[in-house]
Amino acid sequence: MQASISLSLSSSSPITRSDCTAVANAYLCTPRSLRFCGLRREVFESKSLNSFSVSTRLVSCPRDSSFKKVCAALQSNGTPSKGGFDYDLVIIGAGVGGHGAALHAVEKGLKTAILEGDVVGGTCVNRGCVPSKALLAASGRMRELQNEHHMKSFGLQVAAAGYDRQGVADHANNLASKIRSNLTSSMKALGVDILTGTGTILGPQKLKYGKGGSGDTVITAKDIIIATGSVPLVPKGIEVDGKSVITSDHALKLEFVPEWIAIVGSGYIGLEFSDVYTALGSEVTFIEALDQLMPGFDPEIGKLAQRVLINPRKIDYHTGVFASKITPAKDGKPVIIELIDAKTKEPKGTVEVDAALIATGRAPFTQGLGLENINVQTQRGFVPVDERMRVIDANGKLVPHLFCIGDANGKMMLAHAASAQGISVVEQVSGKDHVLNHLSIPAACFTHPEISMVGLTEPQAREKAEKEGFEVSITKTSFKANTKALAENEGEGLAKLIYRPDTGEILGVHIFGLHAADLIHEASNAIAMGTHIQDIKYAVHAHPTLSEVLDELFKSAKVKVNSSSPVVQPVAV
Amino acid sequence: MSHLLQTTFVPATSPSLRRPLTRTTHYPTRALHIQSKIREIFMPALSSTMTEGKIVSWIKSEGEKLSKGDSVVVVESDKADMDVESFYDGYLAAIMVDEGLSAPVGAPIALLAESEEEIAAALAQISSSSSAAPAPDPAPAPAPATAPDSSTSNDGPGAITGVSSASVSENFSSRSSVANGAMGSSVHPASEGGKRVVASPYAKKLAKEFGLDLRGLVGSGPNGRVVAKDVEAAVAAAAAAKVSASGAALASEITKPSGGGTAVDLGSVVPFTTMQNAVSRNMVESLSVPTFRVGYTITTDALDALYKKIKSKGVTMTAMLAKATALALVKHPIVNSSCRDGKSFTHNSNINIAVAVAIDGGLITPVLQDADKIDIYSLSRKWKELVDKARAKQLQPHEYNTGTFTLSNLGMFGVDRFDAILPPGTGAIMAVGASQPTLVGTKDGRIGLKNQMQVNVTADHRVIYGADLAAFLQTLAKIIEDPKDLTL
Repeated sequence: MQASISLSLSSSSPITRSDCTAVANAYLCTPRSLRFCGLRREVFESKSLNSFSVSTRLVSCPRDSSFKKVCAALQSNGTPSKGGFDYDLVIIGAGVGGHGAALHAVEKGLKTAILEGDVVGGTCVNRGCVPSKALLAASGRMRELQNEHHMKSFGLQVAAAGYDRQGVADHANNLASKIRSNLTSSMKALGVDILTGTGTILGPQKLKYGKGGSGDTVITAKDIIIATGSVPLVPKGIEVDGKSVITSDHALKLEFVPEWIAIVGSGYIGLEFSDVYTALGSEVTFIEALDQLMPGFDPEIGKLAQRVLINPRKIDYHTGVFASKITPAKDGKPVIIELIDAKTKEPKGTVEVDAALIATGRAPFTQGLGLENINVQTQRGFVPVDERMRVIDANGKLVPHLFCIGDANGKMMLAHAASAQGISVVEQVSGKDHVLNHLSIPAACFTHPEISMVGLTEPQAREKAEKEGFEVSITKTSFKANTKALAENEGEGLAKLIYRPDTGEILGVHIFGLHAADLIHEASNAIAMGTHIQDIKYAVHAHPTLSEVLDELFKSAKVKVNSSSPVVQPVAV
Repeated sequence: MSHLLQTTFVPATSPSLRRPLTRTTHYPTRALHIQSKIREIFMPALSSTMTEGKIVSWIKSEGEKLSKGDSVVVVESDKADMDVESFYDGYLAAIMVDEGLSAPVGAPIALLAESEEEIAAALAQISSSSSAAPAPDPAPAPAPATAPDSSTSNDGPGAITGVSSASVSENFSSRSSVANGAMGSSVHPASEGGKRVVASPYAKKLAKEFGLDLRGLVGSGPNGRVVAKDVEAAVAAAAAAKVSASGAALASEITKPSGGGTAVDLGSVVPFTTMQNAVSRNMVESLSVPTFRVGYTITTDALDALYKKIKSKGVTMTAMLAKATALALVKHPIVNSSCRDGKSFTHNSNINIAVAVAIDGGLITPVLQDADKIDIYSLSRKWKELVDKARAKQLQPHEYNTGTFTLSNLGMFGVDRFDAILPPGTGAIMAVGASQPTLVGTKDGRIGLKNQMQVNVTADHRVIYGADLAAFLQTLAKIIEDPKDLTL
């Protein structure tokens, strides 16, 4: 999961859409909202039972007959269905993916437990999207206040804006704790058993958890989901000391703001941190192995983003080079980064900076899972799965009752993708076939302004079109023509639609501009629902809003077929 | 038509107005008949409502090689900023509409040459056809070659070329070149003895913007890294030097009343340019450097005699004074140091004497590098070469911004004494007045006529103290009064 991708707290479970905070509050205070279904109300009653004592009892005598009674009390979490399993579903890892799956599982009436070896919330909440959003929010304001020209154009005057590093860092930390406790209470409120310790699969439908050693508890489950996530990837040759050479884990604590920081990798994580650091006064040097900055983005969006996010800022870059060796600062010497050509491996000089942030991606965290017990071989650490997230063993056969979601399978390393995969798995285990369309999963980078995308990039779409023999059209709209964007003095931006003119199918949408991350969902929902342009173009958008950028985008597309939706009966108003 | 450049962007306008970019705009047919392979780049129609476009920025600069698909220019239409890409390989020969100016749709905004050789042909074409170009904003003509100023050729001790302190030519635009004040080459760990420039990203960006060469610039950042404020200081120093030389400019107008000074609209208020702003900032900043001045009167009879003797070998007085100063600095290295951060001495490893030279419309400070080590004859040849280059505006950055000590002379205007403002980043500057026959009483009670000149050194008291300067001047006087060492 990319550290930078934010999650929606409420995950994707339809019941909990209301917001975890609401759930938490409702639990702590008197339930104010009775739109909680009967299930929820039972939850509140069952919560009088101390869940801690429940788990202790589980640990001490897991197979004791009293266990059944405990479970019976936890009716909200269902009772394990036939087959003599302790649980219907056990999820290893309480990150955003596991959380989404757990909530949905309870909704489906499954007796569910979630294992967490570290802290609830996983990377996203504790060391990723959540704290980084707090840093970006603070630094975005800082950037705005420092931009005299921008302020002046509003007729505003701001005297010397400044910031308190510890204050900014505290904001990020407080946000993470708050979201973490929201997440925990939302699961507790539903009666999900939160089991502490690392999980190891012992065999089919059987696993143990605990701190390792003999104190481990063995449990059985009808289905198991692996959702162990990922850790920052540190290429060899790079020595991370946590002070001058850091990963996103350390950077999010914002322990210091270096004068000059090198960011190795210019993907989402690197880009977001460059936004934070430059706003707080650092100068940044990007080191990118590919020939272009921002690989992975649509090239046109990348080009524009570079013109807005890189060129005017205190940033320079080396592309087509690897950081072959990074030595942390010591004895008064700076951080030394040795560069080699990405292709020829020839030395390309050294860079000396105050700090280096390694943002080269993330590696799956799948060690110690006991995959060897069920003959599963990881590929570069990733657990191989099919399109239904079913784990594939070394012989290419499906492992029954075992699934893997999120960063651990590497399909799409995004928090909300993990959650969507989790929900898809729960649908399957509760008897309804479901395949997640990954092309409908949006992604966003929370720079100022933001970048967001869903579906294919232009080169990908053209390649696919060539193979499958269809035509591709592109249309674009500018934020400069949008009233709301101009009112905000943020006219810099572009929305791009890649579509099939013959059918009106949306292949991809890419947005760079103010609130792009919020705007993308109209397009991602359209893709997920299979809505075509000729239909969505008649949808009405409030004026003046940024959403009209997409309205205009859909309207500007030239589709050769007419609207397919039947004329709706007029409704009197 | 195929040789027209056009955008690959589809214009972003309201749907009803949208129309794919076509070549329907009435391009002048003239464009089709251009001989050889010089193509005009036209202002593209980015939307159907667009009648003219503003050049936001040129992504490529003149002479740069273009490949098909490269973005060449950013054009602002009524709706959006769009990249305009080249459809051809070639060289951007000439930019006809500068950044910030507008041109109607279809008007040529630049020329594209197929090969490097054709750039000249393209330039010729621009000058012959610019009047016919439909652009309302006339294409800026190439800057006329400026005639070298003759005031630098006078080379007697009373008329040593130059004006006060390090400086920069006014003709150079703020983007293209700003000389920095004399800069040392002190060794710091990050530069591997000057082989490599370690500069922060923003410092590099600023240097590029100001056309400043970072080589030789000593940084005040951690491990001697060049940071933004060093670049700003260097730019400001260069600009400030120009101001401190305003007296000289005045003098040169007196000596050359017909000299082409730019006309000034009386009664008008003209905002500072970027460089002038830098000057203004620096003027205020210079108040934070605690400078002091020490003067000395030096008899030049022996020097004059030596000059007469070796003049035929091409030796110039400037070279002799620079050599004498360098030899004195060898014995007093502290006067060759500077204070960059208020906390430390920067001891320069080389003695580089910067000498201010007036050139048409401004002044510049060619640097005699390692003046202490090079013999007087080579130094004189080097000086001649530098002056020629300066007049032709071909000085390389390291030839005008690496000075560690500056010489400034107003003697040729009859000025007998003055003081100079210290260029930031250096430790001292010496103002040299005219050498004049003076009635002198000698120690043995006689009265005699001697040629004497007054020198006045301005120095940064944080690193150079009164006794240091006094000792330095005493040594300098000894060398000049007994100049046999100069020819060694």
